[in-house]
Amino acid sequence: MSDLLTFHFDVDGDDFTSAGQASVQIKKHLRQLGISPETIRRVSIAMYEGEINMVIHAGGGEADVSVSEDEVIIVLTDHGPGIPNIEQAMQEGFSTAPDAIRSLGFGAGMGLPNMKRYTDYMNIESEVGKGTTITMKVNI
Amino acid sequence: MTVNDLLNVGSFSAVVLAEADREIEGVYIGDLLSWVMGRAKSGDAWITIMSNVNTIAVATLTDTSCIILAEGVTLDEGVKETAEAKGINVISTPLSSYSAALKLYSLLKI
Repeated sequence: MSDLLTFHFDVDGDDFTSAGQASVQIKKHLRQLGISPETIRRVSIAMYEGEINMVIHAGGGEADVSVSEDEVIIVLTDHGPGIPNIEQAMQEGFSTAPDAIRSLGFGAGMGLPNMKRYTDYMNIESEVGKGTTITMKVNI
Repeated sequence: MTVNDLLNVGSFSAVVLAEADREIEGVYIGDLLSWVMGRAKSGDAWITIMSNVNTIAVATLTDTSCIILAEGVTLDEGVKETAEAKGINVISTPLSSYSAALKLYSLLKI
């Protein structure tokens, strides 16, 4: 693991339109590392959904990405309201996003399911009133 | 068929032409961005009426060959600049999503 690369991003909670900057940045880094386009696609989509979630629900947060020889690990941390019922939140179509977000094309209840679909491992730790930490892994 | 070829058949005009020789390998239609992000494939032409800055981010991440804005929708200047900066092809058409898809079908046969 001597060649472990790490990246850290602060996700701005005030600016919905700039959400996605971290994932686009990661996409660039991974491309420079010569990682396959399909892996890059999976990592950046999962991360973008996570970023959007942090902006919509948690007032922003932090994203940490580490890249080793055989996997990409993404850890998203926020100090938002937490997820009361993770099983329900994981269902396609379940959404608590406000109407203003829906009018922008998000809030379809696909965020967490997409994150799961595009990763090889996903774990959600959440405490109501304290925040949420999501860990995702994509095998290279 | 490339993005440039599509621009030569009529009804489709360039809003941002970043990579004219990009091959169109399929078609996806959708306006819910998370849905599109989960289903659109790399190389697809993505037909939508959503034209905010997040549309550009989704096209970047899914690696679609171009965004086709249906129903005469076009981009705000700021969004256009983002598309240019990110190298995303954006095409506008007065056709509905359905008619645009039919036209693409007749050209691509896929």
